[in-house]
Amino acid sequence: MSELITLTIDGVEIKAEKGTSILRAALENGIYIPHLCDHQDLTSVGICRVCLVEIEGRRPTVSCMTPVEEGMVVTTSSEELDMTRKVNMELLILHHDYDCQNCAKNSYCKLQELTRYVGIDEERISAMRAPALDFPIDDSNPYYQRDMNKCVLCGICVRTCEEIQGDECIDFAFRGIETRISVLGDKPIIDSTCVTCGECVSRCPVGALVPQKAIEPTYEVETVCPFCGCGCNILVGARGGKLVSSTAVEDSPVSGGSLCVKGRYGLSFVNSPERLTTPLIRRDGELVEASWEEAISLISEKLGQYKGDQFATIASAKCTVEDNYVLQKFTRAVMGTNNIDHCARL
Amino acid sequence: MYERHILICAGTGCISSGADKVQEALIKSLQEHNLQDKVRIIMSGCHGFCEKGPLFIVFPEDVFYCGVQAEDVPELVEEYLIKGNMVERLLYKDPVSEEIVINHDKIMFYSKQQRLALRNCGVIDPENIDEYIIRGGYLGLKNALKMEPSEVVEEIKSSGLRGRGGAGFPTGMKWQFCLSSEGAKKYVVCNADEGDPGAFMDRSLLEGDPHAVLEGMMITGQAINADEGYIYVRSEYPLAIQRLRTAIRQAEEYGMLGENILGFGFNFKVKIKEGAGAFVCGEETALLASIEGRRGVPRHRPPFPAVEGLWNKPTVINNVETLANVPLILRRGAEQFASVGTEGSKGTKVFALTGKVNNTGLVEVPMGITIREVVFDIGGGIRFGKKFKAAQIGGPSGGCIPEEHLDLPIDFDSLTAAGAMMGSGGLVVVDEDTCMVDLARYFLSFTKKESCGQCIPCRIGTNQMYDILEDITEGRGKPEDVALLEELATAVKKGSMCGLGQTAPNPVLTTLRYFRDEYEAHVNEKRCPALVCKPLLQYYIDAEKCIGCQRCIKACPVDAITGEKKQPHEIDQELCTQCSACFDACPKKVSAVVVVSEGLKTEEEVEVCEEGCKCQS
Ligand SMILES: Cc1cc2nc3c(=O)[nH]c(=O)nc-3n(C[C@H](O)[C@H](O)[C@H](O)COP(=O)(O)O)c2cc1C
Ligand code: SF4
Ligand code: SF4
Ligand code: SF4
Ligand code: SF4
Repeated sequence: MSELITLTIDGVEIKAEKGTSILRAALENGIYIPHLCDHQDLTSVGICRVCLVEIEGRRPTVSCMTPVEEGMVVTTSSEELDMTRKVNMELLILHHDYDCQNCAKNSYCKLQELTRYVGIDEERISAMRAPALDFPIDDSNPYYQRDMNKCVLCGICVRTCEEIQGDECIDFAFRGIETRISVLGDKPIIDSTCVTCGECVSRCPVGALVPQKAIEPTYEVETVCPFCGCGCNILVGARGGKLVSSTAVEDSPVSGGSLCVKGRYGLSFVNSPERLTTPLIRRDGELVEASWEEAISLISEKLGQYKGDQFATIASAKCTVEDNYVLQKFTRAVMGTNNIDHCARL
Repeated sequence: MYERHILICAGTGCISSGADKVQEALIKSLQEHNLQDKVRIIMSGCHGFCEKGPLFIVFPEDVFYCGVQAEDVPELVEEYLIKGNMVERLLYKDPVSEEIVINHDKIMFYSKQQRLALRNCGVIDPENIDEYIIRGGYLGLKNALKMEPSEVVEEIKSSGLRGRGGAGFPTGMKWQFCLSSEGAKKYVVCNADEGDPGAFMDRSLLEGDPHAVLEGMMITGQAINADEGYIYVRSEYPLAIQRLRTAIRQAEEYGMLGENILGFGFNFKVKIKEGAGAFVCGEETALLASIEGRRGVPRHRPPFPAVEGLWNKPTVINNVETLANVPLILRRGAEQFASVGTEGSKGTKVFALTGKVNNTGLVEVPMGITIREVVFDIGGGIRFGKKFKAAQIGGPSGGCIPEEHLDLPIDFDSLTAAGAMMGSGGLVVVDEDTCMVDLARYFLSFTKKESCGQCIPCRIGTNQMYDILEDITEGRGKPEDVALLEELATAVKKGSMCGLGQTAPNPVLTTLRYFRDEYEAHVNEKRCPALVCKPLLQYYIDAEKCIGCQRCIKACPVDAITGEKKQPHEIDQELCTQCSACFDACPKKVSAVVVVSEGLKTEEEVEVCEEGCKCQS
């Protein structure tokens, strides 16, 4: 346990571990400081300027970049801070395609949350010069959509891609009001080195990065991703008997809340009409539907002709852990061989 | 044995006005008269008086010829060098008294200056280390090498030197932080990015006295225990880069750079990194990111570079001019340095004096000199006898100081108190013909483009302020805009991360503070009192003066002018685009075209005609 520091925020005395930022210390202690670009999984950068606070004896500064110090006296709201923050939010909204009704992030949106908290002066916004928001929507990736008219340039996606995925395929580009998140050569995202892990999509605080065809599930079940041997924990969401979503389990001991393209976007095969629903037996070179009894008796008849190392099993990583357990038991105990492997690389 | 030395200024300004051709002509002419062994030509660094270049100064008698072109050289050689007759037309004429001044140090432009940082500029050949050494060069380093690092830091502290790159942070204190930071590896970085439009003090120093900067860096190295330095210099400064490379090579050859410098066991090497032109890369943390090969954007401080700098190692980053002052302090002592200047700001400051003054150029003045002295004595007053209106000090993020503050002493604190700042030393003088709203718009057009785009207030706020200013200057201002501008400017200043955003609103805030009536005239009456904002002007032809010469008719690009020959002409206000072509075309003796700004009609006054348009006629 590292050293505990005592400080006061808005008159409330709190304790926090040394090295924690004022912002995270406040949040851990149930004190809300509005913020946008800070994310608990990522390095803090202090660029959105929303979490501005006053610290006794210093000039106002961002709380996400200031580590707690013994005896610090922090104020999160004053006339000056509130005004600066308000104008900040108003400027942001002015340059945001504010169309919540048609936005996939509606009601999960950090910008909505902030706007509600900070409050904005509609009159001042209408006195400002509104820009044309006409970035084309980047629909090139089949799994997620990029709408830079909604991007608030928090840089969370950039840091996610760099720090979590290690891919570094997106970054800030251009300067001034032209600044946007882009890929090398300012091309559509599909022409970049993006591996569609969706990590950035899951962290984007607004509707700038959203899954294609997002459907809200009515219930979710926690399970293990069926694809590879990593076995990441996932929350599978269903609606009307159909699988509609898959998200990472944040505190998964296996994956720490990360997923890859398959676990996040690759489960739609479950709903495919091409899925097999009965066993198939090849008769005269044609695969024809059969009953389970027929299939099992055919297999046992054929396997009965072999024993020991004449035999080998290739299992599938798509099967459940339980299925594979039974399969190896069968191979070893019934068939009498250790020849078993599986395709963990799918 | 040479009888005479001729200094020809080879700064970038004089080169572009033909100094190299003057040199060629002089070599040729001297040879023709067989004087090549009697007269030595020295191509020097910038003398600061770029306006009057190319400069041609003859020693030992110190005769100052200016505006010399190659074709003037034979006359100078024959008449002056041989016969001893002054070539009067090339001598300097005081713009105020109209008297001829022969000697260079009698010219007001120079006599009020105190050239400490620029001590060698224009005096020595910057490509010759011996000339630097003869004038006391590298003695400061030698003194420093005899001292403990902490003693060197103390010396700088007691000199009162503050950073010349903009913020005016006490240099000794910065070094102290870095010296106290733990770590075996430390760096010295010289900030030679000089991104302010119109600024050229650092360029002149690098071109005119590169060794002073190198020596300053080495002394810094000794003070903080660093053995490596970087010079981050704009790639738009090829001559400075070339001279720096030459200086580094020569210093290495002389054992002044490299291993075991001057036998004191001190090692130091210097690398040059060329910047790619982003203004924000002059900000220290952005600069360090750029050296490291990352996108050049500022980061939050603390940690300051003195604690966590280049490659996360403790780093002192200082401006060119700051570093050029350092050898002087170590050579002549802190006390002598501190004897110049004011209580809080010691020494001198180099300014790039431009705008509507008679003498523009590079000037170095003691801290505490008044704006009046700079504008009227050194600058020789306002051109064409016009009236002074304001001095814009501190580069694009500086503020406008009005006439009532002409006696303000120039130092870090008084400028900040007046809403301006020392900045890196831009000083633009504007006269009565300048519209302050338009001026603010102009500076914002620079800063909004150069914002790195990270912070919401700076990225969007500067752009928003610009859009509003543009609307105001084009007649679309609304009464509530003035208050809105003020609110935005304050939020951007308070909310931004780095100096760019924190200072970009200064031009708006100071013009609002000192020239609010001009804003109000624009938004409330749709008038531009300085007659600058085109959409707010009206052009008329004074029928009594018009001689009917039809020149304006030919000049008008939109055929807005009609009139028979020898009959008064008339401008159709509906067609006129305020391009000023008629005004320029009307013979000066006649001057029948008049420009006024009487106010556009307001929304209610505009009658909607049959076509439904809202034209101003
Ligand atoms: C936007 C911006 C641009 C800057 N450009 C320069 C520059 O071109 N040259 C410079 O020396 N300092 C520049 N600075 C100041 C540096 O950040 C830093 O304060 C300075 O190099 C420190 O040196 P000094 O203490 O010797 O002045 C700039 C600062 C900002 C915020
Ligand atoms: S991103 Fe948020 S604020 Fe923007 S439209 Fe979507 S829900 Fe609304
Ligand atoms: S989906 Fe993954 S790889 Fe692609 S940009 Fe986002 S974080 Fe980077
Ligand atoms: S796309 Fe989303 S996460 Fe990325 S910068 Fe924009 S708002 Fe932030
Ligand atoms: S203030 Fe402007 S230039 Fe500085 S970091 Fe913020 S956005 Fe970039």
